[in-house]
Amino acid sequence: MMHGLTDIWVYLARDPLFGLTLTVLAYLAADVVYRRLKMHPLANPVLWSVVVLGLVLAGTGISYDRYFQGAQFIHVLLGPATVALAVPLYRALNMLRSGWPGVAVALLASVLVASLGAIGLGIAFGAGDTTVASLAPKSVTTPIAMGISERIGGLPSLTAVLVILTGILGAVLGPSVLNALGVRNPRARGIALGAAAHGIGTARAFNESPEAGYAASLAMGGAGVLTAVVLPILW
Amino acid sequence: MLSMLALLLVFQLAGEALCHALALPVPGPVVGMVALVLVLIARGIWVGPDAAVPPDLERVTSTLLGHLSLLFVPAGVGVTTHLALLASEAVPITVALVGSTVAAIAVAGVLMARLERRP
Repeated sequence: MMHGLTDIWVYLARDPLFGLTLTVLAYLAADVVYRRLKMHPLANPVLWSVVVLGLVLAGTGISYDRYFQGAQFIHVLLGPATVALAVPLYRALNMLRSGWPGVAVALLASVLVASLGAIGLGIAFGAGDTTVASLAPKSVTTPIAMGISERIGGLPSLTAVLVILTGILGAVLGPSVLNALGVRNPRARGIALGAAAHGIGTARAFNESPEAGYAASLAMGGAGVLTAVVLPILW
Repeated sequence: MLSMLALLLVFQLAGEALCHALALPVPGPVVGMVALVLVLIARGIWVGPDAAVPPDLERVTSTLLGHLSLLFVPAGVGVTTHLALLASEAVPITVALVGSTVAAIAVAGVLMARLERRP
């Protein structure tokens, strides 16, 4: 009987279906917990899925390459999903027709401070070249950041995790930083959160007000495009 | 529904092809996204901004983006292969993340608030 179970386990662990199923189940569980905790940024489902799956791989001795043979079927959808971001970006552009020169200036400043700040601080505190390249695009939405990271010689998987950590930091610290600086204008708060903390910051901005949320959606898309253009040229 | 998924794939492919042909440093899907925004803007001028996004495209994108977070997980798990790097460079990574994120939020927030105050 035990022997039979081991055989089944060996068979399953080799099957690409294993990585695929495990990924969806881990994410579903993490998402349930996230919703139970009222979508607190620290309960981020991507972060906890990665932690759980990392522990499962370490515990079972399945290599990342073998896991990815199944998980890649989810991963390939990142490309079309990035293109799909055009729709919310278009809607946000329509919501905020006036005052776009101000938005453009604020976005460019945010992009430069976020990427040059990460590069400068990383180098100053002794990070290696690969780490610095992985850090540079950390303020923009994950699919774009991973693409940039790959282009400039970073590790896309490291970037993915750094992006999520940035989003959590921005959502947790951002509102207090803006309060301390006396920034009360909802559009300004939304732009700041969306540009520096992408989707997680945008979700936080929607918690504050719809106006801040739409501004954040626009900022997330705009900062993504700006960073994708500026960073590889600066590099 | 399927035709709109095909549309997204065609825009991605066109973006990748354009980047490759012109040796652009920008990721292909980002070029595809910008191209689709431009098409939507053009359509918005033609049929009005509320009708610019066809209902089928709306459905496909909201399904895809509704589960966007799931799509990062496979790549994110790859971080387990870089744990040694993370441990040895934990200090610069933490300083860079916290410092640049707080600074970017402060700069954009203050700048935007100042620019909005003007008429």
